[in-house]
Amino acid sequence: MTFRLIRLVAVLALALGGVLGSAAGQAGEIGPKIAIDKSKGQCVRPRDEMRRTHMQLLKHRRDETMYRGVRGGKVSLRACMECHAVKGEDGKFLTVKSPKHFCRVCHDYAAVKPDCWDCHVSVPDAAAGQAMLKLPGHSMHAEASGLVKYLQGGKK
Amino acid sequence: MSQGTPDKDHDAARRAFLRNAAAATVITLAPGVTLLTMGRAEAGIAKPSGPLDPKKRWGMLIDTTKCASGCDKCVAACKKENGWEAREGSPTDPQWIRKVDVKDPGTGFEMSLPVMCQHCEHPPCVDVCPTGASMKRADGIVLVNRHICIGCRYCMMACPYKARSFEHHEVEESDKAPWAPRGQGTVEACTMCVHRVDTGRIPACVEACDKGAMLFGDLNDANSDIAKRLAEYPSAQIRADLGTNPGVRYAQLP
Amino acid sequence: MKRIHYSELEGRAGFYIALIVLGAIAGAGVLAAWYMEHYGHVVTGMTNQIVWGMPHVFAVFLIVAASGVLNVASIGSVFEKKPYKPLGRLSALMAMAVLAGGLAALVLDLGRPDRLVVAMTKYNFKSIFAWNIYLYNGFFGVVLLYLYVQMTRSWKIASYKKAAGTLAFVWRLILTTGTGSIFGWLVARQAYDLAIYAPMFIALSFSFGLALFLLMLVALYKSVERPLGHGLVNRMGRLLGVFVAAAAYFVAIQHLTNFYAAEHQGVENFLLFGGNVYSFLFWAGFVLAGTIIPFALLFSKSAKTSMKPVVIASALVVIGGLSLIYVIIIGGQAYPLVLFPGKEVSSSFFDGVVNPYTPSFPEIMLGLSGFAIAALLTVFAAKNLRLMPTSLADEDVDPHLVQKSAQVVELKKAA
Repeated sequence: MTFRLIRLVAVLALALGGVLGSAAGQAGEIGPKIAIDKSKGQCVRPRDEMRRTHMQLLKHRRDETMYRGVRGGKVSLRACMECHAVKGEDGKFLTVKSPKHFCRVCHDYAAVKPDCWDCHVSVPDAAAGQAMLKLPGHSMHAEASGLVKYLQGGKK
Repeated sequence: MSQGTPDKDHDAARRAFLRNAAAATVITLAPGVTLLTMGRAEAGIAKPSGPLDPKKRWGMLIDTTKCASGCDKCVAACKKENGWEAREGSPTDPQWIRKVDVKDPGTGFEMSLPVMCQHCEHPPCVDVCPTGASMKRADGIVLVNRHICIGCRYCMMACPYKARSFEHHEVEESDKAPWAPRGQGTVEACTMCVHRVDTGRIPACVEACDKGAMLFGDLNDANSDIAKRLAEYPSAQIRADLGTNPGVRYAQLP
Repeated sequence: MKRIHYSELEGRAGFYIALIVLGAIAGAGVLAAWYMEHYGHVVTGMTNQIVWGMPHVFAVFLIVAASGVLNVASIGSVFEKKPYKPLGRLSALMAMAVLAGGLAALVLDLGRPDRLVVAMTKYNFKSIFAWNIYLYNGFFGVVLLYLYVQMTRSWKIASYKKAAGTLAFVWRLILTTGTGSIFGWLVARQAYDLAIYAPMFIALSFSFGLALFLLMLVALYKSVERPLGHGLVNRMGRLLGVFVAAAAYFVAIQHLTNFYAAEHQGVENFLLFGGNVYSFLFWAGFVLAGTIIPFALLFSKSAKTSMKPVVIASALVVIGGLSLIYVIIIGGQAYPLVLFPGKEVSSSFFDGVVNPYTPSFPEIMLGLSGFAIAALLTVFAAKNLRLMPTSLADEDVDPHLVQKSAQVVELKKAA
């Protein structure tokens, strides 16, 4: 008997919680707020659409890259970081280790762990792979200009 | 090849091929500008590369007679490009490409050659992978789709070339190259620098070899430098008896 | 002969102690898996050369044994052997438990165990591994059905016992074929790439499975002091002896075939006569402890009057089996991959050298937890379901067994 009573109370509480929750959702924005730098133009999709479907976009592009070699452009993961990377107090871009990283702010709130950053760089290209890119003579630019000379017939 | 085709021809053909490849990607720009643009292409400014051409089959020809024992410029270039590090004697560190010294115990004949993923036409690693993470692109490049790799390592058991490595450690942010993602608990290997190939460049190891021992190109294009050389001079594949038909060919094997 | 009555396991304290001990070992295994996942596989003994290690040895042993455990039920309902009929329920349930234990050790060792759902949703049908995922999952379904048909009160459904048993038997044969082919179809390595792996694994599963079942049966019946007939255990012991011989036959043919080809003599010399841990485990572990001694024990005179030789033999078969799987999995990888036949090679990536392997504590713990999970599930199920006949005394199981044991008693007296 007591068990039934407990169950009834639990069901009622859940139902009430659901009603209150949806009311709050209608009343206004829930979830964390995050400042977005719009100086580089608009996002590839409207805000509300991005919030709901960014993972589908990323997944579609991921398969396009893996199977068909489609790289770069506006919908690539690396392009996302160009606009959405967040700088810390020291002026350096925050990696995903920081809870203030763009992705983590919402994902921590929703308790969903994105699987991207175990492998991918979580900062813009310019700030990535510092250890590697700082090696003498190894910057994208130096390499590219070396190649230009090579293609034009000169010595690398 | 072993008689020594002048390096100049070799280089000229390679340049021609590259100019064509580059022009095909971004036609309107002059060669110099094209390349600089491509350098930034992946950062999200230019329009996307691809899709790949399934009529192509990318391959490499390695002239072992020009490859010197002790020279590991190709290995160093790969490390730098893809961000992996192999500490000496560490059995858990990855190695995408390695120099193998081979000696015939009967005759004492010695040679040295680089071995990496051989990008087989019939790759055993792709056959055995339970999820399809181990995959071959339509243009012949064999990759690990690490988005669906569960880290079972069956591909490493199946590879006849010992080409694959398992990432035993967490990969530090500073070691990751934006164009070559790597992560703990998945399998990785030579990608034939797919990020470069897709944007009209040649693999880092080929670019780094200053002895002219490595040649990259489209095996299916009869006019490509690599196809011409393969048609003219003898070449071999490692463990050709297994019938995997690797895209990496060697001019002379022990 | 009386009607067979099944009932839940008796006892309280003993049951909970068993639960705690087995749970602790299983828990330690889960902790080990968490530790391996958190720090990466660098904390294990596994390397880029020995890519499959201790967890795989235990997992493969248990997966192979699981289908063998089910044989006891099949012998009863498919091959109509009367003394085995009362054992069908326990056999079917334990088969699932042992498979679950093996799979737990296997999947917790994955580089990305969090992506297990990927393994269940994305399939490459050319991969025998992918087929095995179907075969393992299907095994649970088929054996669950078989168990239901055995336990149902509806005689209509129960009349399908033989059909369900046959389905489960065929399924387990295919399953073990799949497990053996994981190695049999590896063309790259000298120690594998042999069609005999599939039938060899089936023969091994017969002996591993029956040995595990006998150990569990005797342990359960002794601990709750239910009657268990000497005649029955002796009869099963002699069957185990036949299985042990069959397994040894396949292993012998496997090595002889490989040895005959000059190409493979290197790896065979290494595994069998290398003076290393593999040759020790093969000869001392599998051949002596896992084959010759159990065979002698199972057909000894004392096995007719005592259960001890059968129990000892079963334990030895398990130890010998683990040794053999270790030789197959670790030994096969320790021998260097041949890139250039007949040549000497060296590189910075351990080409041409025998690869060392030292299993680490977490790995062994993870492997052992597979056994613990299997035992835990079996004991828990036996406590809550009517799996075990209240009496397995010879006169309750099959009168023929009584006649035989009576002859034995007479022999004993005469002696």
